Amino acid sequence: MSTIPFRPTDSGRRGAVPMRPAYLRPAVAVARFVGLVLAGGIIGGVAAWLLGASLLMLLLVPVALLSPRTRWLGVPFLAVTAWLVRPLAWLERHRVRLMTGTRVQAAYLPMRGPRPARVRPLLGDPGTWRDLAWLATAGVTGALSVADLAVLAACPALVVAAPFWVAFDHGPHGLRALVLIPLGVACLVAAWRGGGGRRRRVPLETARLSGRLLAPSDSARLRAQMEHLAETRDETVDARAAELRRIERDLHDGAQARLVSLTMSLGMAEEEFDRRPEAARQLVAEARASARTALNELRHLVRGIQPPVLTERGLGGAVEALALASAVPLEVNVALDERLPAPLESALYFVIAEAIANIARHSHASWAFVRLWEEQGRLRLMVHDDGHGGADPARGSGLRGIERRLAAFDGRLTLSSPAGGPTELFAELPCRL
Amino acid sequence: MTSVVVVEDLLLLQDGLIRLLSTNGFEIAAAVDNGPAFLEALEAHRPEVAVVDVRLPPTFTDEGLRAAIEARRRRPGFPVLILSQYVEQLYARELLSDGAGGVGYLLKDRVGDVRQFVEAVQRVAGGGTAMDPEVIAQILARRSRRTPLAELTPREHEVLALMAEGRTNAAIARRLVITSKAVSKHIARIFDKLGLPPSDDDHRRVLAVLAYLNSNG
Repeated sequence: MSTIPFRPTDSGRRGAVPMRPAYLRPAVAVARFVGLVLAGGIIGGVAAWLLGASLLMLLLVPVALLSPRTRWLGVPFLAVTAWLVRPLAWLERHRVRLMTGTRVQAAYLPMRGPRPARVRPLLGDPGTWRDLAWLATAGVTGALSVADLAVLAACPALVVAAPFWVAFDHGPHGLRALVLIPLGVACLVAAWRGGGGRRRRVPLETARLSGRLLAPSDSARLRAQMEHLAETRDETVDARAAELRRIERDLHDGAQARLVSLTMSLGMAEEEFDRRPEAARQLVAEARASARTALNELRHLVRGIQPPVLTERGLGGAVEALALASAVPLEVNVALDERLPAPLESALYFVIAEAIANIARHSHASWAFVRLWEEQGRLRLMVHDDGHGGADPARGSGLRGIERRLAAFDGRLTLSSPAGGPTELFAELPCRL
Repeated sequence: MTSVVVVEDLLLLQDGLIRLLSTNGFEIAAAVDNGPAFLEALEAHRPEVAVVDVRLPPTFTDEGLRAAIEARRRRPGFPVLILSQYVEQLYARELLSDGAGGVGYLLKDRVGDVRQFVEAVQRVAGGGTAMDPEVIAQILARRSRRTPLAELTPREHEVLALMAEGRTNAAIARRLVITSKAVSKHIARIFDKLGLPPSDDDHRRVLAVLAYLNSNG
């Protein structure tokens, strides 16, 4: 999960989170602290275990290669190492981001098929080799840090141990142990003063180093982007084809059929005019009814393809029109300086329409708002409702459709919908095509 | 004869409208195909009513609507009947927002029912309203548990819809096959439920209904 900055309006927040009574606050603070320590301990523990295990595996690879009888183990060992190091690299990328502020993208080749068949692409992935290089480096820097700490810990140990040595060793060397005390102190001072500043910088420096080692090369980044684009393009093309089929069917069974029946009615009326004017009048009336229905159907069809109000008024007006028709009272705030490119406008309209329809259908909300604004060259959309929450993209085809529409424009969807509400849908996409 | 200006860019429809209106007691003052020409014709011919298509060149967006609003800014209360392939509650609200009446907003399909269409143009020319039943349907379809609209009986819904279309009590009575007195009773109850002061004026009733609904949108 990535954190996306958003600013809910004050009124939205105030309504959503009730203030806690004052006497509970210290307890909450303590609970938070304990929770943090526990979470840190667990993550740290798992990470340390993984690091140890993967380093061990990495060391076993050359060991296995030494003897002809164990040489065949090299590849499986390497694969296991590569498999173990991925979650570690994932954690490290987050640490790098937290410490240096730079986002390090993960760029692995996609893997399909049964597990044994994945070994070859796994080992052929440059991302895997970047991970392994990082693991080796982390092993070395980790060992250095441990050695550093060991020296630091050994100095006071010397100072503490010296008097005992003097006390218990009555031999000729006994008193010489006293030399250890100034030696230990000097060593400690030297290590502390010499390494102090550096030691504080170590986490940051290792984070920078990791960032450089783990960052994908330009070509890997491009390849990952291409994979993503190809995938979303396939989905878009499928959706577009399905849409066209639906339109074709609607026209064929709807307006076209009506016009045929209208032509028939008019043709028969033409024949009847002289002989039976009353029957002719009846047929003309039928023809008009057919025409009216055809127009109705066409209107609905057009609305589904591109709502006229969107063409005429842009996104602001169109969303306002949606709000007017919404069963749940809806506040609209569309802050855009100029009209968006038509495909973006249309996609966003249907995203918002779908979100509003979802609110009306499932949320039991009494109030909702839609905000759309531009920030740092990206469009941000927030749809918030005070309903009972529990929306799940995995179950709702509506949310899946929203994701697909956004993906076609390289947009991202974040959904927060805890049971009990509120539900907040946040989407982010580039302003330009 | 009522003089009318027709603003429609599709020649097929412009011809049809001219033929339909001129054979039904209207004098065609001018027929134009864009907003600025409409505003010029307004000055040059001083028509009594205009029939305007929403979508006009050069942008083919809502130029007709904007021209109509501009016309009513220049000549307050100038009767305008807007025609469109579809209706949008948002536009109805904008048209009615000056509160001057003499406004119509109909689907183009309604032209098919010649008698009703001519009546609507006459009603608008006389300062009344002609809201498309579709607009009313959109409003009524928005069934929220919290609006007092939900408290109306089905009969009152029917009366409200006809009222908003711009029909008189007598016309409503005819349509629903009830007495005028019953209609008045229904209307009084509707106003009561919606918290509106009663009024006899045709178009002000629509204004009140729309204003009420919009204030809760």
